Amino acid sequence: MPQFSFAFPKPGTKKLLLGASLAGAIGIPVLLASLLVFVIPMIHKPVFDALIREKLGHDPASWAGAQWVYAIGLFLAGIVMFTFAAISGGIFSWYERRVAGRIQSRIGPNRVGVGGFFQWIADAVKLLFKEDLVPAEADSVLFRAAPYFVVAGMTLVFVALPAGQAIVVADLNVGIFYILAVTSLAVVGIILSGWSSNSKWALFGAMRAAAQIISYEVPAGLAILVPVLMAGTLSTQGLIQAQGGWPWEWFFFRNPAAAVAFVILFISQLAEGNRTPFDLAEAESELVAGYLSEYSGFRFALYFLVEWANLWIIGAVTTTLFLGGWQIPGVTAQDWAAVRGTGAFPAWGWWALQFVSLGVFSLKTLLQVNVIIWIRWTLPRIRVDQMMQLCWKYLVPAGFLCMLFTLLWQMVVAWAPLVERVTAVVVFAAFLYVTWRFLKQTRDNVSLIAHERVDLSNW
Amino acid sequence: MSKLVLRRLDRNNEEMLVNFGPQHPSTHGVLNFLVETDGEVMKRAIPDIGYLHRSLEKIGEMVGYPGYMPYTDRIDYLAAMFANEGYAMAVEKLIKVQVPPRALYLRAISCELNRIASHLVSIGTMATDIGAVTPLVYALREREIINDLLEALCGARLTYNYHRIGGVAYDMPEGWRDRVIKYLDRFDSSVQEWDRLITWNEIYKKRLGGVAVISREQAIDYGLSGPNLRGSGIDWDLRRDMPYGAYPDFKFEVPVGRGWAGAVGDCFDRYYVRVLEMEQSSRIVRQALEKMPEGEVQAKVSRKIKPEAGEAQSRIESARGEMAYYLVSDGTERAYRVRARTGSFLAMGIIEDISPGLMVADLVALIASLDVVAPETDR
Repeated sequence: MPQFSFAFPKPGTKKLLLGASLAGAIGIPVLLASLLVFVIPMIHKPVFDALIREKLGHDPASWAGAQWVYAIGLFLAGIVMFTFAAISGGIFSWYERRVAGRIQSRIGPNRVGVGGFFQWIADAVKLLFKEDLVPAEADSVLFRAAPYFVVAGMTLVFVALPAGQAIVVADLNVGIFYILAVTSLAVVGIILSGWSSNSKWALFGAMRAAAQIISYEVPAGLAILVPVLMAGTLSTQGLIQAQGGWPWEWFFFRNPAAAVAFVILFISQLAEGNRTPFDLAEAESELVAGYLSEYSGFRFALYFLVEWANLWIIGAVTTTLFLGGWQIPGVTAQDWAAVRGTGAFPAWGWWALQFVSLGVFSLKTLLQVNVIIWIRWTLPRIRVDQMMQLCWKYLVPAGFLCMLFTLLWQMVVAWAPLVERVTAVVVFAAFLYVTWRFLKQTRDNVSLIAHERVDLSNW
Repeated sequence: MSKLVLRRLDRNNEEMLVNFGPQHPSTHGVLNFLVETDGEVMKRAIPDIGYLHRSLEKIGEMVGYPGYMPYTDRIDYLAAMFANEGYAMAVEKLIKVQVPPRALYLRAISCELNRIASHLVSIGTMATDIGAVTPLVYALREREIINDLLEALCGARLTYNYHRIGGVAYDMPEGWRDRVIKYLDRFDSSVQEWDRLITWNEIYKKRLGGVAVISREQAIDYGLSGPNLRGSGIDWDLRRDMPYGAYPDFKFEVPVGRGWAGAVGDCFDRYYVRVLEMEQSSRIVRQALEKMPEGEVQAKVSRKIKPEAGEAQSRIESARGEMAYYLVSDGTERAYRVRARTGSFLAMGIIEDISPGLMVADLVALIASLDVVAPETDR
């Protein structure tokens, strides 16, 4: 009699798998953070030059093809940024499903690795192995090209998006304007996908998405003007440097209009990212899958990669503009300069501080990502006309008022700087109070249903 | 008939004809709507039914009276108890059998539990169609427990086949009464939970309030019944106004649409009437369990049912409105004609006339609020 043994996870194997997946779950984010911290600042010209000079003993200025070396450095930084966007998008997809599971009183993915952490890799692999399908009646060239426009729109944002004191690929002097511009590239891809799919549902979704994204850029732009007016610069790093580490030094608290502008920008970005309650473009119950209807396999994966990577962008942009960015409480610009040292190559303490600033920035961003995920699994979807109404009748006028108020405010602050200090403290106190009320309400709601738990084990 | 012929689309006007179904996430079964749209605004939506036609009425003429009972389950798979009960009542009238009181009470209990389960699916899928995915999971969680209870009662979770001509198949199992009461204690607070979860959500109210308003006259003209009729503000419930079975013994209220989020007879009224009806069903089940008489659960009915020539009709209040059976006997073992009237079929009729001017997203809300179930429409 042949003996079969199907007990695959032997006790030892199980422990090994657990260890491996734990290592991956912790290792991947740590690896990403290290890549950001150690690679991105290196390509800044002074550091780059100093590195080559001190480690290799050459002077890049004497090289014939020095420009190419810089280009390769930038290319490497681009790869790091794209890796960061893609992997954080993947991790968000897992996290979103875990949160959705909690919200919906079920478990969520828990089979692949610890807490199902590797689910996103499994999904990506599955999608990669699917048939490369282009519908027969579709415009094949445009159908294939469309996802890359969307991906390009997402990745180009990361060029000017800071994540730490020196962690920004290019600190453009028109940074935030550039971000606003390249996010619109996604519209091109979405319209292309809707048109080329040759499906009425896809066209429907594409038209909705185009109308929505273009409309919401107006209030987003107006809201962005508020911190720009306060900082006097469009550069993303400049905007952050105009703020401080402590909450009352953030733009959000320094100007009542900025708090309103934050809300306007947050809503507009939800709409631009096609997130609930603005997921009209891929409204499952109405348009099947909207502009994604005909997509499958790798191209489908690209769209979802962008959707989840957009979560980071939404959080990062508002963090940059309103929430003090990477500023560490108590660490001023002088401290940064002191830690860096006078040498061309920064001292070790500076690198450590970069990690801290990345952590501060990520914390603020991830908190917002969390809120976006809550919203998605809580709210219903609004209708197209309501979406337009909200934009043009409420957000755009409110954005204008915020901008005008800020102009006045800047004059008042220039005349009496104390006003800003007092406002910051008052608004911060109000914010604390609202947060406390929110947490209390949540606790009350939870305790209301706590007794309703029913023991289902014996049914 | 002329209505069903598609008019030529005005191409200059950029109109588009969209097939909303048969494979579409929010058509609740296999339905098709031919939607003529001008951008997001619908010109009209024409329901196209028949994808789930299984000749159930014809089968009724082939299989004999007791043998048809399992088939009635398939008329409405979300509320099979009602189809059972209606058919059993019609045959009982035909052969003039008195059903024992305990059986009547068990019928009421099983039907009301089933009504809760059916309404839970209805309001859960409605929330999903509006875009909130989470409430459906909560609704299904509650429904699972009802399924467990009904499984303990009759051995099936979906197609119950519980009612019999002259009674019900089984008496309550031991301890079942306590389990039901324990569950209802928990369930009674779930309407409040439901309100907190979704009902008074501002977006939800905006999406449903004042949308697809069906006036009192229209509702009567189109033969709407059940929650759809009551959503339009008409106080009519067969359980109270034409009592049957054990219902005269119970006290309950009939919730009527009041225009909670806008106009009387909009999608929100039809939705919230269902939510309130679940509360009343729970009340009825409690009363029935309390007053439950002792005795047999099955009258003496011969195995071969051979009624005299004649006809009989029964009307019951199903979860989807009035369900009526009309039986004609020619004196043989098989019915000469079995006819079932269902709520969904008549609710489908109104969609074409309500739809002009609505947005595409409102069509989804309208279908969901009418609680159309495809197999009940087609039979």
